[in-house]
Amino acid sequence: MKVLVPVKRVIDYNVKARVKADGSGVDLANVKMSMNPFDEIAVEEAIRLKEKGAVEEIIAVSIGVKQAQETLRTALAMGADRAILVVAADDVQTDIEPLAVAKILAKVVEEEQPGMVILGKQAIDNDMNATGQMLAALLGWGQATFASEVVVEGEAAKVTREVDGGLQTIEVKLPAIVTTDLRLNEPRYASLPNIMKAKKKPLEEKTADDYGVDVSPRLEVVKTTEPEARQAGEMVPDVDTLVAKLKEKGVV
Amino acid sequence: MAVLLLGEVNDGELSVDATAKAVSAAKSLGDVTVLCAGASAAAAGEAAAKIDGVAKVLVAEDPSLSHRLAEPTAALIVSLAGDYSHIVAPATTDAKNVMPRVAALLDVMVISDVSGVVDADTFERPIYAGNAIQTVKSKDEKKVITFRTSTFDAAGEGGSASVETVAMSDAPALSSWIEDKVAESDRPELTSAKIVVSGGRGVGSEEDFKVIEALADKLGAAVGASRAAVDSGFAPNDWQVGQTGKVVAPDLYIACGISGAIQHLAGMKDSKIIVAINKDEEAPIFQVADYGLVADLFDAVPALTEKL
Repeated sequence: MKVLVPVKRVIDYNVKARVKADGSGVDLANVKMSMNPFDEIAVEEAIRLKEKGAVEEIIAVSIGVKQAQETLRTALAMGADRAILVVAADDVQTDIEPLAVAKILAKVVEEEQPGMVILGKQAIDNDMNATGQMLAALLGWGQATFASEVVVEGEAAKVTREVDGGLQTIEVKLPAIVTTDLRLNEPRYASLPNIMKAKKKPLEEKTADDYGVDVSPRLEVVKTTEPEARQAGEMVPDVDTLVAKLKEKGVV
Repeated sequence: MAVLLLGEVNDGELSVDATAKAVSAAKSLGDVTVLCAGASAAAAGEAAAKIDGVAKVLVAEDPSLSHRLAEPTAALIVSLAGDYSHIVAPATTDAKNVMPRVAALLDVMVISDVSGVVDADTFERPIYAGNAIQTVKSKDEKKVITFRTSTFDAAGEGGSASVETVAMSDAPALSSWIEDKVAESDRPELTSAKIVVSGGRGVGSEEDFKVIEALADKLGAAVGASRAAVDSGFAPNDWQVGQTGKVVAPDLYIACGISGAIQHLAGMKDSKIIVAINKDEEAPIFQVADYGLVADLFDAVPALTEKL
């Protein structure tokens, strides 16, 4: 089967987001951008399924600005076979909402007919945690979110999920949506030869209009502000002082 | 305006804390109807009816609704959606699984992890691991929302809402439950505990996490962990506090061997009192701590356990 892996270009995990002084958003100009960490886990899982023989082809897709090409090249260097870039915005500050992304992905799925779509559970920029579930709804597919283990067994996948109380294992009929959680795998680094090879892998470029999807936002961003800063307190010299302070506050 | 609130029901039992926090977040939006769904949900419905501010309870019982599978639960909510302007839930893993599916079926955007209600269309939510707060105004006719429970106080008891049963709508069987592996624990639940003791990479091993657990048990606290500790296999994922784990706001949060990455701070910085114990005096956790102690956690934590 084919697997489709959507990847998002986001602010690098190690970079602290800075709110713009005019309250219009988070400053993304001249900031290091990388693949969303959960999407790296998704790419890695697709590669592992391919290495196990459960998957024949991995297609990475990214929806956003033209620069997301770099993110797709990373996916190709990790081991995806080909890529589709759907340009849906010109300005790097524009975040396409999960509903619009899911609508475009649903069209890509129609064309490509994958047996599984593996997505990161959430993007670390908008923290929405929605695209996979929305895509499952639009396709009428089953969904296995927050996966920590994925086993393909014939026409179904057995997926262990990270839930509030512990773990839940479900079986979901294929085709299906899987979203990745942290412990599913440790993504590999792309080797230099693979980075070179990735430059020659096919990358098709499309636009949101090609799919007839309206990407205008449903949520108008009124403002973006800094959270209230927490003041640092005091350093205590030893455990006894700490115990005394906590008793004084009445919390223990 | 009317609100349909998906109650947090697990094995027929209502999680009163999460549900009551969502009720208090939602009540300014209109009359709140709580939906309790499950293979058996009548007892959960009775419990929901007692939450102050609940106008009505709907109970849906069907074998397909057991084990909180997303597809039947979303289909049920969509079949009831016509009567409501807002469809909301506490932001638990179950609701995060179901609500975006509901939103897409209704062709609206989901508004996840809402931390503040400005008006019926306008909401605040943290983005970028809590490094920014975004205020968004929804243009959708119906709003589908999950509420970040740590920022709302639980509604009290004393309600006496009427309870009605509703029928399950048809839903295709796309997934089936195999098993739950729930860690048996006498400790309080992480997201509602008054005290949380957390360990980070500095704890060093799964075995050494017992030091953290001993302090937690002495204090009747829940145990938390940083992403680094979970990544390293020292602690299970359902202990994870942070951007990609749970968000907590206890009266007392004791961070042991946690450096204080922004992703971790996102999950605990609303705690009332934060204590940080770390060998590294430069650790960023000290910048948010009310009380900081530069010490080896293997000396300080057992001493704390003994003296508290």
